[in-house]
Amino acid sequence: MKIRLLLAATLTLPALSFGQVGLGNFSGNIESNFQYLNEDTVISALQPPSKGLMNSYMNVFYTQGNFKAGMRLESYLPRIQGYPDYFSGTGVGMRYIGYANDFIDVTVGSFYEQFGSGLVLRAYEDRALGYDNMLDGFRAIIRPYKGIVIKGIYGYQRASFVEGRIQHGPGIVRGFDGEIHLNEVIAWMADKKLDVSLGGSFASKYQADDQPNLILPENVGCYGGRIKMRYNKFTFDTEYVMKGQDPSQDNGLIFNPGHALVANLGYSQKGLGIILSAKSTDNMSYRSNRNGKSQELLINYIPSMNKTHTYNLVASLYPYATQLLGEVAYQAEILYTIKKGSKLGGKYGTSLNFNYSTTHNSLQHTSAINPLDSTGVTYTSRLFDQGSTLYWQDINFNISKKFTKNFNMILSYYNITLNNNVASVTKITKPDGLIRSNIFVAELGMKFANKQSLRAEIQGLFINKYEGKPVDKGNWATMVVEYTFNSNWFMSVMDQYNYGNQYKDRRAHHPYVTLGYIREATRIMVSYGRQRAGMFCVGGVCRQVPASNGLTISFTQSF
Amino acid sequence: MKKLVFALFFVSLGWTLSAQPETENHSSVKQLPKVMLVDLDGKSINTAEMGFKGPIVISFWATWCAPCKRELNTIQDLYPDWQEETGVTLVAVSIDDEKTKAQVRVYVDGKAWDYVVLLDPNGDFKRAMGVNNVPHTFLVDTEGNIVYSHNNYAPGDEEKLYEEIKKIAVKGAN
Repeated sequence: MKIRLLLAATLTLPALSFGQVGLGNFSGNIESNFQYLNEDTVISALQPPSKGLMNSYMNVFYTQGNFKAGMRLESYLPRIQGYPDYFSGTGVGMRYIGYANDFIDVTVGSFYEQFGSGLVLRAYEDRALGYDNMLDGFRAIIRPYKGIVIKGIYGYQRASFVEGRIQHGPGIVRGFDGEIHLNEVIAWMADKKLDVSLGGSFASKYQADDQPNLILPENVGCYGGRIKMRYNKFTFDTEYVMKGQDPSQDNGLIFNPGHALVANLGYSQKGLGIILSAKSTDNMSYRSNRNGKSQELLINYIPSMNKTHTYNLVASLYPYATQLLGEVAYQAEILYTIKKGSKLGGKYGTSLNFNYSTTHNSLQHTSAINPLDSTGVTYTSRLFDQGSTLYWQDINFNISKKFTKNFNMILSYYNITLNNNVASVTKITKPDGLIRSNIFVAELGMKFANKQSLRAEIQGLFINKYEGKPVDKGNWATMVVEYTFNSNWFMSVMDQYNYGNQYKDRRAHHPYVTLGYIREATRIMVSYGRQRAGMFCVGGVCRQVPASNGLTISFTQSF
Repeated sequence: MKKLVFALFFVSLGWTLSAQPETENHSSVKQLPKVMLVDLDGKSINTAEMGFKGPIVISFWATWCAPCKRELNTIQDLYPDWQEETGVTLVAVSIDDEKTKAQVRVYVDGKAWDYVVLLDPNGDFKRAMGVNNVPHTFLVDTEGNIVYSHNNYAPGDEEKLYEEIKKIAVKGAN
């Protein structure tokens, strides 16, 4: 017995010491959200059968020299309200091992990746949205020379998480991407003012033909090139991609090819930044399941071309989500800071910001098409060939000024038009679907001598009328007051008041109180109150969140 | 047999003890992970070897994140003094994706920031650093160890951050 014990100690001691010498590096995070919901007939909020709902996640990443490994555990007991319905149970939602040195980086298992601007391929996650299209398979990244990166990927995509298990999509995705930064590679360009990067990507998906009476392409390719340039204060970048015939649920099983172009031209110097952007897309939904819809199994990422707003009434009532079938969009953004010490700039400078974005349909020409031929191509389209249907328009302006060390103010105005027939966020009867709103926001920030601080927002949304009545839910007013007691504790009170609803019994207040505690990388928040139904968006991808009334506790921790 | 096991035991004990001193520096501190990012000029940067002399503040932000911008605009007014007194470098890591990435340069130059700005459009560095939500600020010492981190921003948090910077700046000078 003694000998056995000794033998065990003999074997484990070096193991222990070995483990300590190179304990490696652990990092990660935890997030948990709990809801207890009540029924509220005024805002049509329902109580879920289980009353309580909880989403939890934990990521652990480990590196030891050139070795790396990581995993994420997820738990939906059941999923919180408004989360997509394909998440349930507890289990491992992501896991990988890999090896990386300066030359090569290899991963087996789950990984996230983006080629260029993502028009060909982008695997990413956004937990708040319930979006996770990670790839599960093999990836290699090679850096043969400074300024050159070559990537290759092969895998299935994560489609959903059911009963604690990752469910993959039916299609295999593979691709490669190369990028070269000329100024790092070509010696005589090293210190030139003109800076140039070139890149190219290719992706292909394979999905067996699942339609007995149609001959569908089983392998569909998507490829493109990009260039990024900088000269003095000017920057220019563009990417153009093409997609092969890809009959899908999205496009009604047509055999049209697809294309997309995104370009940005910028000028900036200290105190002034300008960017002009343009985008033209046609038939660019690209999924590893041709029967997929909404945010399921997208291989690429087509961003919507508009500013991401943060104030409650601007961000969540009438946001725009990108239309994969085709759009032509433009955007301009200018930020100018009036110098400190000047008459208008004051002691701290004054910033002026203007932003304009517009999106229309992409024209589809059918005159040259014989509808009886067997090609399955139903129209032709050209780059930046814009139709007359307005999808979205946003004109906004804001001015921010710090008056003293302890007092600042931001005033903003937004004029937003959303075509609800195209990017549907609500139910209205107006035939053209256009919802126009004017939104005003004033924000004040104050800091007190005892290190406490106060922030307040007053927001008003004024909507257009149709047949004498306000469209959708009518006008809204929102007030937010946030008080920070010290570096650990804060409290906020928000009320959204739908005072302009055409139905008197729906002119409801939506009070919402939050108490928060923060200590270094730990955050705990307890909230109670009403939340109206609305859109929750991150990066132009949105999900509908139903109205709710109740308690929410959320906890986040990084380590 | 018994003797052999005893001998092995002592050999292994010896190895274990001799291995101890090396562990001291690396026991429980978190090191900066290695992720390849690009800066606003398109140059690739290895996050584990950024090559700054003094302490580094890494601040995750986005053009659509109001408290992030509040934090970085507040520090901007104090930054020249901070740099002079402690030699600190602030690295602002934007997690803007392709939708808003083009606006990063507009904002940075429009606000005349003097920070080093890195782009993390697919959240690779954010994930590796265990960031749940922005703003999240880390303080890294001259050996690449993460010595302090803070989630969220409330006015006054920058003073606490500066206290922490001063601690390691003094340590670095010794």
